[in-house]
Amino acid sequence: MKDAGHLFRFAGLFVVAFLVFLVVRGYVVPKTFGQYGHYRGAAIGEIAQHPVKFAGHQTCEGCHSDIADTKTKGAHAHVNCEACHGALYQNLPAPPPPKGNLYERFVALIVPPPPPAPPILLHADDPATVTPVKPDTLVLCARCHTASAAKPKGFPQVDPTQHMGGVPCETCHNPHSPAIGSDTSASPAAGGAK
Amino acid sequence: MNGVVGFMYPNEYALQWSILIVLYPFITGLVAGAFILASLERVFRVEAVKPTYRLALLTALAFLLDAPLPLQLHLGHPERSPEMYFTPHATSAMAMFGYVYLWYLMAVLVFEIWLDYRREIVILSQQSKGLLRVIYKIMTLGSSNISERALHIDDKVGWIVTLIGIPSAFMLHGYVGFIFGSIKANPWWSSPLMPVVFIFSAMVSGVAAVMLIYMATTKLRKLAIDMRCVDTIAMYMFYIFIIDFSLEMLDLIHRIYEADESFRSLDFMVHTKLFFSQIVLQIILGTLVPLTLLFITQVWKNNLTATVRKRIYVICGSLIMISVFAMRWNVVIGGQLFSKSFLGYTTYKMELVTREGLLAAVGLCVLPLLFLWVLVKLLPPWPEKGLHQAAAGD
Repeated sequence: MKDAGHLFRFAGLFVVAFLVFLVVRGYVVPKTFGQYGHYRGAAIGEIAQHPVKFAGHQTCEGCHSDIADTKTKGAHAHVNCEACHGALYQNLPAPPPPKGNLYERFVALIVPPPPPAPPILLHADDPATVTPVKPDTLVLCARCHTASAAKPKGFPQVDPTQHMGGVPCETCHNPHSPAIGSDTSASPAAGGAK
Repeated sequence: MNGVVGFMYPNEYALQWSILIVLYPFITGLVAGAFILASLERVFRVEAVKPTYRLALLTALAFLLDAPLPLQLHLGHPERSPEMYFTPHATSAMAMFGYVYLWYLMAVLVFEIWLDYRREIVILSQQSKGLLRVIYKIMTLGSSNISERALHIDDKVGWIVTLIGIPSAFMLHGYVGFIFGSIKANPWWSSPLMPVVFIFSAMVSGVAAVMLIYMATTKLRKLAIDMRCVDTIAMYMFYIFIIDFSLEMLDLIHRIYEADESFRSLDFMVHTKLFFSQIVLQIILGTLVPLTLLFITQVWKNNLTATVRKRIYVICGSLIMISVFAMRWNVVIGGQLFSKSFLGYTTYKMELVTREGLLAAVGLCVLPLLFLWVLVKLLPPWPEKGLHQAAAGD
């Protein structure tokens, strides 16, 4: 047994390494890991606490009833406001990030973590402060209406470079009711899309 | 888009797995192969390869230390990799590999090397001075018992560790092939033969690597190469290579005969984008040429002088290394060049000075040789005169 003592020393290394592993594991693995599955259970609550950035078209229509009326008559009746205008909000100054445990702070030295989600202010709550930028129709309209073989034939589609030659779409089409000659403030132009 | 032909899905244009993922199975293969060569002497009592036994173990350790580095460089968040250990995912082959790697590193390789070198470590801890003395003292783990009985126990335990190490080496490398082979969405990879092909190609490349390192180090030390040793290694290399080649051909013939819906696409790829790396490098230059040369050395061994045989072995060893690297390239890169629609092909454009570029790959190929140099300095794999004299007087 005396002559096999060194083997026990080597085995002891494994035992020590395993104990260190268990201690570190207990420290770095989040307490809620595995609560529901192979992920951190508390993440669900944290994600649920993120502020809602989309207001919904009903909120927009509360103030912009004239636009809503125009929209209901045109081809974009079922395109909701935020599909084009985006979620109209403004970020407020972020609170200082949480310090985290020792391991997280060490990791943060190598790879800085993403900043926490800042609190927000919605255009719907404070329209005077949060003033949205008007979308560029040259870019926005082309996203859906650029010609592609994969789109249904009945869907209006054009080659943007040939169709308008750099003139913004809203010059001829009212984005809220795009057919030329419909309820629009845009000047009519010959050869427009239906 | 440059380099794209036909129809590719949006997620297929750019390759996700670069040259570093080619390197990874290549390096782990060398580890497994080197260990198998070491086990020939230890378990199967092939005395002729004894001069390479310790060198093979150190080579395996040097390459094993390098093996995870390509993966770390490939990861977007390498700092998250320890989570694989902290929160193990039992149904993921990739996640479980972390444990296989640790097992192989600590319970097999380091333990076996420690047992084998313990006598030298104890002697060196008494003979050396300064920092080296401290390092050797730590390596003794505080035990200087090198009595005959203790060394006999080491020998017995070492034999058992090597015996356990053989399936562990198979598991270490078989898993890499298993991951590729189990990707059912990719017809180029999805084959149950993949792990077996990976293991045998690993064995042949590892054996070739140790043979080349042995010949180079012996030459550098201005000593005579043990021809009985390299002849025996070449013989094993030849037989393993025949099995490897047969398995790869079986896979190929099966694909051609089966000719499923992916066949036309894969066939086109082999004749175009992979022609050089697969047909020229892997099969003709890297397999048929060394197999023919090794066949000649086996059949007309007595008619060839030692110098000619040595040159043939160096050529064969180098070509085999190129062939196995090309095989890894064809699997990893080739499997990403065609569209799942089977109607389009993309191109892999290797970067140069980036995290996953050529320079990083070359660095990762040189690094294990530096590791080996340090290990050889610390634990000389060949018997030294001074040490023997000291041991005799101990």
